Amino acid sequence: MSIDFLVAVIITVVGASTPILFAGLGELVTEKSGVLNLGVEGMMLIGAIAAFATVDITGNPWLAVVMAAAAGALISMVFAVLTLSLSANQVATGLALTIFGTGLSTLIGNGFTGRAIKTFDTIFPDVLAKDPFWKVIFGYSPLVYFSFIMVALVAWFLSRTRPGLILRAVGENDVSAHSIGYSVIRVRYAAVAFGGAMAGIGGATFPLVLTPLWAEGLTGGRGWIAIALVVFAGWRPVWLLGGAYFFGLLSTFELYAKASGASWTAILPSEAWAALPYLATVVVLAVISVSKRAGGNAPACLGKPFIPSA
Amino acid sequence: MKLKLEKRAEPSALMLYATPVGAVILTMIVGAIIFSVIGYNGLGAVYEVFIAPVATSYKWQDIAIKASPLILIGVGLAVGNRAAIWNIGAEGQYVVGALAGTGVGLLTQNATGPWILPLMLLAGIAGGAAWGAIPALLRNRFHVNETLSSLMMTYVAIHLMNYLVAGPWKDPTGFSFPQTPLVTADQSLPDIIPGTQIHLGVLLTLVIALAMAVLMARSVFGFQVRVVGSAPHAARHGGFSEKQTVWLVFLLSGGLAGLAGIFEVTGPFEQMSLGFPQNYGFTAIIVAFLGRLNPIGVIIAGVVLAITYVGGDMAQSALQLPNASKGIFQAMMLFFLLASDILIRYRVRLVSQAAPAAQPATAKSAA
Repeated sequence: MSIDFLVAVIITVVGASTPILFAGLGELVTEKSGVLNLGVEGMMLIGAIAAFATVDITGNPWLAVVMAAAAGALISMVFAVLTLSLSANQVATGLALTIFGTGLSTLIGNGFTGRAIKTFDTIFPDVLAKDPFWKVIFGYSPLVYFSFIMVALVAWFLSRTRPGLILRAVGENDVSAHSIGYSVIRVRYAAVAFGGAMAGIGGATFPLVLTPLWAEGLTGGRGWIAIALVVFAGWRPVWLLGGAYFFGLLSTFELYAKASGASWTAILPSEAWAALPYLATVVVLAVISVSKRAGGNAPACLGKPFIPSA
Repeated sequence: MKLKLEKRAEPSALMLYATPVGAVILTMIVGAIIFSVIGYNGLGAVYEVFIAPVATSYKWQDIAIKASPLILIGVGLAVGNRAAIWNIGAEGQYVVGALAGTGVGLLTQNATGPWILPLMLLAGIAGGAAWGAIPALLRNRFHVNETLSSLMMTYVAIHLMNYLVAGPWKDPTGFSFPQTPLVTADQSLPDIIPGTQIHLGVLLTLVIALAMAVLMARSVFGFQVRVVGSAPHAARHGGFSEKQTVWLVFLLSGGLAGLAGIFEVTGPFEQMSLGFPQNYGFTAIIVAFLGRLNPIGVIIAGVVLAITYVGGDMAQSALQLPNASKGIFQAMMLFFLLASDILIRYRVRLVSQAAPAAQPATAKSAA
């Protein structure tokens, strides 16, 4: 295996991992506050089309990231109003959000099919960013570096800051948090909005980093993998980073299976490689629940509605 | 003035059945606004999706044909949701049921006899139930959340189908299109109304839905499902096993989804191809909720959602709306329904701001 090939593989894996890392981080924070939002896939698609449309119209990929985050947060408010203010069932509302986001992104994206967009330039000088070897560190889209910063920020926020502590308290024991004067509903609104914004950026990664073309349903189930990833990581941001890269690696096998006929990927049909990340998700979820006590790390109030009594 | 929620002593039966109707009406109004904002003909879109299929009599058979899988999958999912068990992978169970039945069909291509079709249907049920058994096993043995695992298995099912249809099961005489051979005469569901495409599967779906209504209302199983869903602690004390309920729910809803899949192969599709999955498994989740998890309600909701399927096609040709835009209407129905659920258990009161903010004693007695 040549160095060039290895570099190419690493770059592909990083690209495939980044969207699920963003979306997973957002969902992790949402779930830490006690809310299970299954609408990640829909919010990612809304973010993807918002980013694509913004670049197509303004040519500015930085603005596209902002718009994707705003669109994801905005659409997540539909979920928040239903589940937090109206105490609707979180599972059903999340599903509806995914169906809605899929439909709406397709409808808006209809006018953009077949158009290519210009995306980020590399941020490091070409000597490093275009070097056949050093590009493995310096040659990525700014979004990739941003995703690492967000892992550190989220980890720091949850474990070291007071608002992070309040957020976790709300997710672990909503009644107590309420009784000592914190607004459970307001904290959860904020956590859902953050989850929406991050899912939006995760979706934006598809047109801005992976392929600069619009395609219907281009996230292809990555939002669901992101949700599984949160369980896999035991609600810990740094573990989420590892999990995202593991699933990113698994999902690149399909690309190589399709691209190169005669290599080791030929032992299985390309459809089997395509199914691998989903199968692996199921297997991994089973394995970790055996090795740990089932759901031992899950926020105690996850998925339960909170209705203030007074 | 301020809106205040007041808990009702009894859930409102009126609201239980009025809110689904309200949800559909609100969807039409808000849908027209959303489509107009995006730059389409909003009123036209609502007309094509909801009204045109009903106003065009030759579309009625299409509505019946598309309602059939939605109802069949929907009644199964309704049972699960009653028990608070979330099978969101019906689409995969539908596909694997169709694959299992098609497998039998390929083995019996050259055979004749009235036993072939029933055998295919049984294989369809078995295939769907087997695919449903995977999340059930994972939940019962490994505590894996069934929502995630059933959905993951749907992606696996679709990749499996893509492989078989484009590979080993491809019709050798099909000009290398990725599709299986057409079903033979002995493998086809007969049409039950002459001059239409309405097949035996539509009738069987109605029979099964009505049987499920009786089962849910009158049997111990129906009671068990309701107790496990609404009062898990009481269910445990009453001797109802949660694990057993998980098995029953997944085998039943998976089997019905599989049957719906093989009905489509032996009915309207006549074969399997890459375009076989039609999202019926996901839409049926909306059907189950809109039908208030009640088999009779599911029949009505299945027809409403089938109208949006037919209407989605009509809007595509009349207004160049992408077909997926029907999903916006379908999701909005569920949004409005879930939003209005609170009206069943709570009463909305207008109270004046001037009234004392907290009167715990009276508030408690009112609740």
